[in-house]
Amino acid sequence: MSAHASHAPAPNRSGLWDWLTTVDHKKIAILYLIAGGIFFLAGGFEAMLIRLQLMYPESSVIGAKTFNEMITMHGTTMIFLAAMPVIFALMNAVVPLQIGARDVAFPFVNSLGFWLFFFGGVLLNTSWFLGGAPDAGWTSYTTLALNQYSGRGVDFYVLGLQIAGIGTLIGGINFLVTIINMRAPGMTFMRMPMFTWSAFITSGLILFAFPAITVGLVLLMFDRLFGGNFFNPDAGGNVVIWEHLFWIFGHPEVYILILPAFGVISEIVSTFARKRLFGYSSMVFATALIGFLGFMVWAHHMFTTGLGAIANTLFGLATMLIAVPTGIKIFNWLLTMWGGQIRFTTANLFAVGFIPTFTIGGMTGVMLAIPAADYQYHDSYFVVAHFHYVIVGGLVFGLFAGLYYWWPKMFGKMLNETLGKWNFWTFFIGFHLTFFPQHFLGLMGMPRRVFTYLKDQDLDVGNFISTIGAFGMTIGTILFLVNCAVAAKSSKRAPADPWDGRTLEWSIPSPPPEYNFAQTPLVRGLDALWIEKMAGNKGMTPAEPLGDIHMPSPSFLPFLMSLGLFIAGYGFMYHVYVVVAIGMLITFACMFARSIKDDPGYHIHEDEIEEKGVKA
Amino acid sequence: MATHQANAVLPDEPEKATLEGKNKVLGFWLFLGGETVLFGSLFATFIALRDQANGGPTSQQLFDMPLVAAATLILLTSSMTSVMATLALHKKDLKKIQLWLTITVLLGLGFLALEIYEFVHYVHEGHKISTSAFGSAFYTLVGFHGGHVAFGIIWIILLQVSAVKKGLTVVTAPKFYLASLYWHFIDVVWVFIFTVVYLMGMIGGKVG
Repeated sequence: MSAHASHAPAPNRSGLWDWLTTVDHKKIAILYLIAGGIFFLAGGFEAMLIRLQLMYPESSVIGAKTFNEMITMHGTTMIFLAAMPVIFALMNAVVPLQIGARDVAFPFVNSLGFWLFFFGGVLLNTSWFLGGAPDAGWTSYTTLALNQYSGRGVDFYVLGLQIAGIGTLIGGINFLVTIINMRAPGMTFMRMPMFTWSAFITSGLILFAFPAITVGLVLLMFDRLFGGNFFNPDAGGNVVIWEHLFWIFGHPEVYILILPAFGVISEIVSTFARKRLFGYSSMVFATALIGFLGFMVWAHHMFTTGLGAIANTLFGLATMLIAVPTGIKIFNWLLTMWGGQIRFTTANLFAVGFIPTFTIGGMTGVMLAIPAADYQYHDSYFVVAHFHYVIVGGLVFGLFAGLYYWWPKMFGKMLNETLGKWNFWTFFIGFHLTFFPQHFLGLMGMPRRVFTYLKDQDLDVGNFISTIGAFGMTIGTILFLVNCAVAAKSSKRAPADPWDGRTLEWSIPSPPPEYNFAQTPLVRGLDALWIEKMAGNKGMTPAEPLGDIHMPSPSFLPFLMSLGLFIAGYGFMYHVYVVVAIGMLITFACMFARSIKDDPGYHIHEDEIEEKGVKA
Repeated sequence: MATHQANAVLPDEPEKATLEGKNKVLGFWLFLGGETVLFGSLFATFIALRDQANGGPTSQQLFDMPLVAAATLILLTSSMTSVMATLALHKKDLKKIQLWLTITVLLGLGFLALEIYEFVHYVHEGHKISTSAFGSAFYTLVGFHGGHVAFGIIWIILLQVSAVKKGLTVVTAPKFYLASLYWHFIDVVWVFIFTVVYLMGMIGGKVG
């Protein structure tokens, strides 16, 4: 490759400009983490206001209107702007390293995906200052979400999520191609680490799920902004179409969220038990099966819509089937730990805490899958408790575990273990205090999305405990932030392999050089690094001689392209078509420039690689 | 331009000769998979709403076979000419590629002109996006397709113009190849639109 490419000098990059133009997957991972983290704090703040409002009966801390905005923005922010980007942060930081690649397949697209998500999220959140946030719930059901019943906020929801959604979609395609085409020699599919497998299947789900929400949002946009009648029953429209499109996306989405967490837990449980993952091939099979079944069950969110007994039965049965591959995973994690030399680091505490918590969430999921019973649970706090057990107790525990585990690889610094353990226990206890009582609140009849309740209906104590628990989670989150700050200030460098790891990312320095691997490694089996360790080798066997490394150039275009759509979004909302034209012009001009101007990239020379102290 | 001198001898299947090219081809196939879900959702919505004319014109009153048949003929022919361009790509014959793509673009423009004429005509008949759920679903589905055609035309012209300077290389070959794949995809979508929207809309009345 180097034979014919021109030698542009390595670009000069510094400070902010570097971050705005980077196409390095490791830096994009950090961008995703910071942006996702900020949105996580915003969503958490909204959650605290919700809990304060519900702490006592008949309270008026924020009032009904603001409460509706809070629940809508809490759900939307946490799912689309916090959970998804932090997952993408881990995928970007880890997947290329685990498969022995120098970069992702499309570094430019990777950066574009981030900036689209970022600007979409910012657009959505500017609604707070421009006439009120969306207030039709995170599912934005029509007709409630139509103009007659909801304010301008829903326009922000529609356009913000469309922009962010395109970013997620192209991010998914990027990881699919990366994993299929960029694996190091010897890294067959059945030798891929479990986290990479889960990233692969999650990306597949993104590819086939996100277009459905895109269409749903386009239809809603037409109805709200251009006089369409998709969801207007007076003109022949049908509100159930929105429910279908939303959940055809929405149910795969929850597996998009949880599968990477499964991957993280698999890596951590295995590393800290010093054992190979029990039942690796059944884990791969179970992950694929969950991904497949995830598309077959969307209507279990619609049991009370009135689709009929046959549809409800089939979707109920398909939903229960998912318990089988999930159960396989739970037993495999337990059997991985069985007889292992377990180290309870913070990462492993989160992983071990995940298992029973997620199992409880899965169990209430099977309860909800029974259509007849669901008529009782539907729209009650039982549902709220269920999905917080799987999303917080599952995904967020998994993300914390993953962050404690890969932090040294991402930043070159170790997080403090003592603070980490405080973080775990406050968050873990706070979580269960918050959500366990909600099961019973729901069974006693407390509906979701209602801003207050009367006193002396047996709902007071449960709600009070729930709010106290939310403070525990807040303290846990603050301790995590303190831990990040302490790590950033510390001058102690993390070693390349702090946990006695098993996979390729631990065979290179922390943080890795921009080209990741000086020489592409040769993979000789599952747990590639562990095999070399057991064979008494000092590191991976290289699969190629040391040579010049070709790198893609940084680019400001992804930022500008996303900015263009961001500007156009406001034009659509306020019907100012000059602004739409300006925004789209920026975006299309950038696409034009990208198409005609080839990126020759630049080279890192062989001697430079050796100078940087990477062993040959 | 020194970059491309070394490519004077192009390898076979130049679109997949480099890792970048292979990535692009695979990524584009996956993208088309996502596009399939996109159009699938639009089709499903259309089928659910196609009889909801809300007192406005119905599909039986509106659709006109000769016009749609002409549009179909034009677009399917353009699909063939884009295959000819890909064949020329495999023979590494830039002149032929340019020739076939020019014909493809002209046919695409013809199709778009017919579609715009058709839409204007329908609006005069009182069939608008705001008339009925049928109107909304019709313009969204057919318009999404038309938008794809327009994007494809601009893209292909852009590639043609830049290839005059750049020539046929392992960098430009994947772009031609992808544009051709894209063009096929939107033709296939049209086959479904022709069947589901127009043919099913012209025969029979309400189902059920």
